[in-house]
Amino acid sequence: MSGCNCSGRDVLIPQVGVITDIRTETPDVKSFRVCAPGGGKLFEHMPGQCAMLCVPGVSEGMFSITSSPTVQDYQEFSIKRCGMLTDHLHSLSVGDQITVRGPYGNHFPVESELRGKDLLFVAGGIGLAPLRSVIGYVSDHRADYGTVDILYGSRSKEDLVKYDEITGVWSKADGVNVHLTIDRAEDGWDGHVGFVPAYLKELGFSSDKTALLCGPPIMIRFSLETLMEMGFSKKQVYTTLELRMKCGVGKCGRCNIGSKYVCKDGPVFRCDEIDALPDEY
Amino acid sequence: MTQRLSREELPRLYAAIAQVADLFLPVKRAGKTNFALWNTQTEVDLDTLKTAKSPKDLFFPQCEPLYTCDWREGNLTVTAQALAERDFVVFGVRGCDLRGLDVLDRVFLSDPVDSFYAARREHGTVIAFACREPEESCFCRTFGVDCAEPGGDVTVWLTDGTLYWRANTPKGQALTDRLDLLGKTDDADEQRLAAEQTAAREIIDRLPYANLFLDGWNGDATEARFASPLWEKLYRPCLACGACTFACPTCQCYDIRDYDTGNGVQRFRCWDSCMYSDFTMMAHGNNRTSQMQRFRQRFMHKLVYFPANNDGMYSCVGCGRCVEQCPSGLNIVKVIKAFEKEAKK
Ligand SMILES: Cc1cc2nc3c(=O)[nH]c(=O)nc-3n(C[C@H](O)[C@H](O)[C@H](O)COP(=O)(O)OP(=O)(O)OC[C@H]3O[C@@H](n4cnc5c(N)ncnc54)[C@H](O)[C@@H]3O)c2cc1C
Ligand code: SF4
Ligand code: SF4
Ligand code: FES
Repeated sequence: MSGCNCSGRDVLIPQVGVITDIRTETPDVKSFRVCAPGGGKLFEHMPGQCAMLCVPGVSEGMFSITSSPTVQDYQEFSIKRCGMLTDHLHSLSVGDQITVRGPYGNHFPVESELRGKDLLFVAGGIGLAPLRSVIGYVSDHRADYGTVDILYGSRSKEDLVKYDEITGVWSKADGVNVHLTIDRAEDGWDGHVGFVPAYLKELGFSSDKTALLCGPPIMIRFSLETLMEMGFSKKQVYTTLELRMKCGVGKCGRCNIGSKYVCKDGPVFRCDEIDALPDEY
Repeated sequence: MTQRLSREELPRLYAAIAQVADLFLPVKRAGKTNFALWNTQTEVDLDTLKTAKSPKDLFFPQCEPLYTCDWREGNLTVTAQALAERDFVVFGVRGCDLRGLDVLDRVFLSDPVDSFYAARREHGTVIAFACREPEESCFCRTFGVDCAEPGGDVTVWLTDGTLYWRANTPKGQALTDRLDLLGKTDDADEQRLAAEQTAAREIIDRLPYANLFLDGWNGDATEARFASPLWEKLYRPCLACGACTFACPTCQCYDIRDYDTGNGVQRFRCWDSCMYSDFTMMAHGNNRTSQMQRFRQRFMHKLVYFPANNDGMYSCVGCGRCVEQCPSGLNIVKVIKAFEKEAKK
């Protein structure tokens, strides 16, 4: 992120974004494509970075950019309905305008530590959002990475975000294995049933992979324990932290834990870095 | 070069500065002294040592618009708030509050620069005011502030009959060059000034909190200090009123909110407080659920986290406002002393 204000625009001043596509992913998640009013992306980003979306007069909130940086025409966000802002976003239509500022935060180290590695993505529910950007990036730079395993779980089949893309695109890609699971058995599902951490144990991946882990806090905790049992070290596991945010640039104080500002120094952390933070996340 | 002016001529000095730029200085209103815009009617108060609120307001206002959103023919338009462009002078900033600005600079001028704050810093000239008689609640000295030599663009010292003036920076010199009522000093003046400084330093050295024990408070102390059982005892009287954070010259937490102007939505920022229970509230929970955690955050941030990120600089300047203003008698001195007692057990 550059601190340059040569464009004359303060980092807190948003741009206008137009919603060009809305997809209903699950009963409470919709994906939104956002472009500049004249077309094209609002800004460049890296996988794992976030942006502040605002409906003026309603509220503003931080969301992971779920599209890959390699996508040229738009940025995509997958948003779970859970309050004032997200309810309102879900009521919008194609053509509606919102404001967007960003990108904010660090990103998964796709150009450094992750290069050449066998990657294991472990996601639960809406936690797929930040990982999907990495999966897209890795797919478009396939030769730079080893094998890819994607373990993704949700409450039920209809709660799996991006189901069509997962089964239609990712499952068919070279060197990519997809493992889906849902919490409870249901009609029309012949895949795995059970929680993500249990399935992770069952699959028993070799511990020379690098893991990227995102989802609800409880899933992260148990999946991390399982990975440790499987012989992974915390240095091989990356995750994201989610704290209340306002400014996105490390100044309003809200997302501060220890000497870190999650909006600026995160949201991506290696798990051994998280251990060094006071236990307040 | 130090210059001088007789004390009776102060109103002329204010008027001369006000010719050049907006002048803010300590003004007494309804029994309280705070920084306010000067005019010929204002009751300037240079006798009160510390203004109730710090002058941070002039650079980081309690409330300021950032931009306005409105819909024109169906299109959303964002209009950024114009940056400050009027020059202003702040006269009478104490050494502690000046250090407070250094702390805020670390926050707002670090990458990415906050252009609203930066514009005010650029247009503001700070005239620091040396202290003659530090008070019981002062402990600037603990943090290495010299109240007798506070710095700033210009430093002024006020003795019984005379104001001494010295420009320290190009900005301060530029202001000085536009004032023609300052006179030359001689050796006797220099000696008097030096004696005044020595006297002030002697006073501060004898104050009860002047030399607090900071061992164990630094960037490496996170784990031990965070886990200490002392917080459980210390926080109890805290009412979560936030008075300490609003009075503090270094507290910089803010909120961003909406204001419906009638034909658009203004997004503004305003001071917030880590002492408030909804500060970190999220849809799915809160990572600081107890007042103990919030209380601890305020002091850990000032004495451990901030120094860790800023070459050891503490984000307390020892102004003592929290000592004077907390309705429950809590303050950073109590915290530091409690840990000192523990360490020396
Ligand atoms: C780094 C980061 C990435 C995120 N990525 C996504 C994503 O990809 N998809 C998604 O659906 N959600 C994501 N979230 C969560 C999202 O920001 C909140 O769900 C959303 O702000 C809730 O707003 P609301 O007004 O609908 O809820 P309300 O409960 O009405 O919100 C009240 C206030 O709390 C804040 N808030 C509420 N929940 C959260 C939360 N979990 N995190 C931070 N602030 C919160 C809101 O900004 C608002 O100011 C992310 C959060 C962070 C910090
Ligand atoms: S420490 Fe005192 S002033 Fe600060 S929030 Fe608590 S009661 Fe209020
Ligand atoms: S913590 Fe208290 S003494 Fe320290 S700078 Fe803030 S108000 Fe002043
Ligand atoms: S959101 Fe403001 S400091 Fe992180």
